[in-house]
Amino acid sequence: MDPDPTAPRGRRVAITGMGVVSALGLDAGSHMAALRAGTCGIGPLDIQDLDRLTVRIGAQVRGFDAEARYARSELSLYDRTTQLALAAAQEAMDQAAPPPDPERDLRAAVVIGEALPGMGSIDDSYRAVFQEGKNRVHPFLVPRLMASAPASFISMRHGLKGPGWSVSTACSSANHAMGQAFQMVRSGVSDFAVTGGVEAPLTFGVMKAWEGLRVMTRDVCRPFSRGRAGMALAEGAAIYVLEPLDAARARGATVLAEIVGAGMSMDAGDIVQPSADGAARAMRAALADAGLAPGDVGYVNAHGTGTAANDRTEVEALRAVFGDHAERLRISSTKSMHGHALGGAGALELAAVIMALRDGVIAPTINYAEPDPECDLDVTPNLAAQAEIRAAISNSFAFGGLNAVIAARRAD
Amino acid sequence: MTDAATDAATNDDIARKVIAIIAEQAMIDPAEVRPEATPEQLGVDSLGLVEAVFAIEEAFDIAVPFNANDPGDSEFDITDVAHIVAAVQALVAEQKG
Repeated sequence: MDPDPTAPRGRRVAITGMGVVSALGLDAGSHMAALRAGTCGIGPLDIQDLDRLTVRIGAQVRGFDAEARYARSELSLYDRTTQLALAAAQEAMDQAAPPPDPERDLRAAVVIGEALPGMGSIDDSYRAVFQEGKNRVHPFLVPRLMASAPASFISMRHGLKGPGWSVSTACSSANHAMGQAFQMVRSGVSDFAVTGGVEAPLTFGVMKAWEGLRVMTRDVCRPFSRGRAGMALAEGAAIYVLEPLDAARARGATVLAEIVGAGMSMDAGDIVQPSADGAARAMRAALADAGLAPGDVGYVNAHGTGTAANDRTEVEALRAVFGDHAERLRISSTKSMHGHALGGAGALELAAVIMALRDGVIAPTINYAEPDPECDLDVTPNLAAQAEIRAAISNSFAFGGLNAVIAARRAD
Repeated sequence: MTDAATDAATNDDIARKVIAIIAEQAMIDPAEVRPEATPEQLGVDSLGLVEAVFAIEEAFDIAVPFNANDPGDSEFDITDVAHIVAAVQALVAEQKG
């Protein structure tokens, strides 16, 4: 049964800081400018043993100078996931600029989504012991590859001492993480939360695993378009600061947008095939949680992986949830630009939601070639659009049927 | 033996191995795998097909151009067992010949 839409849920929740590191740019401003311009961040990979891969493209973060950002003693503890997450968290904290408050920090939360922890560190270590015949690996391999390492290092760097954990639900990890952080701020468990997602899967071993599934494009990612040939893997991190709206306003913080709902569901179906019913139930749950009617929603950041099955199923689910209003929705898959960052995906995509709500700019679905009758909704093909958007949702539907949808509203 | 006879023997061997792989995925006896049977009729779903293609690649040391994103539109013809066998025979000739 849906929650009672008239029941008070708790406090309103503001986003007061954002930080992004992606193939589109090393900060949130660059990421959003590239989204607006329809820039493709997917291209030839630069990784070890590339010649043994059949899929040689991905959305790789370029120009991220870890040595310049972190001390040598830190780098020996930081997997690339932690490096990217800390950079995004720093940008988000700098923007939110919370005044010192030791009491608040005692209950401040960190919840970070990540599907495949420490893959670069694991790859390097397996290479050393199996291929090079070495008998020891780096002494800090364990803290490097813990799924919770990014959450821990964010808490340490910023002195956040309340509830903290990592969330791993494959491609929905970031949305599940942000949904939980949102619920904690709304309910009063925390007055401050740092949340988002990260992934750094562009390693030989992970690419081999994804090759095996045979759902990867070898050239471009064209979600919802006829002729789409699959998804492209990505790395990146996006981190947000959440606070009670009233407190954020009282201290004069800039409110980027308001998170108003989180909806979750499980398909209880297939381990890889998507389900329109499961997707639709997650979207309905997010709308109900937010107290939004389908007609209130102006923009949907789609899961839109670019596989035949996902995109067809997602359109079916959107029609089921929104009915006739589906024809009027602005929809896009920004994975066509920043790639599919798995556990970080929903966080990279929340930036597009903020851009739609705050700036009235709908990021496009690029590489769109021709309409697919099974995906016949307005997916903002190739060029960004201007539209006044008051409310939006962002979809994540994971392998294993774990779905999470975030609902957001324009700051008023 | 003539070259043609050698090829025939090799192709028979390929057919036997491919049918054995399909039978294992379908969890039936190889003798029950009819040439005109489709993967669907044999109860082999998309995951089963991906596993069968993997087993074929390992058995013959070849690369099979099969895209699970849109299996019907793949270069590798999976219409039925006979087409799969013929496609593997062609790939072996092309890549191992």
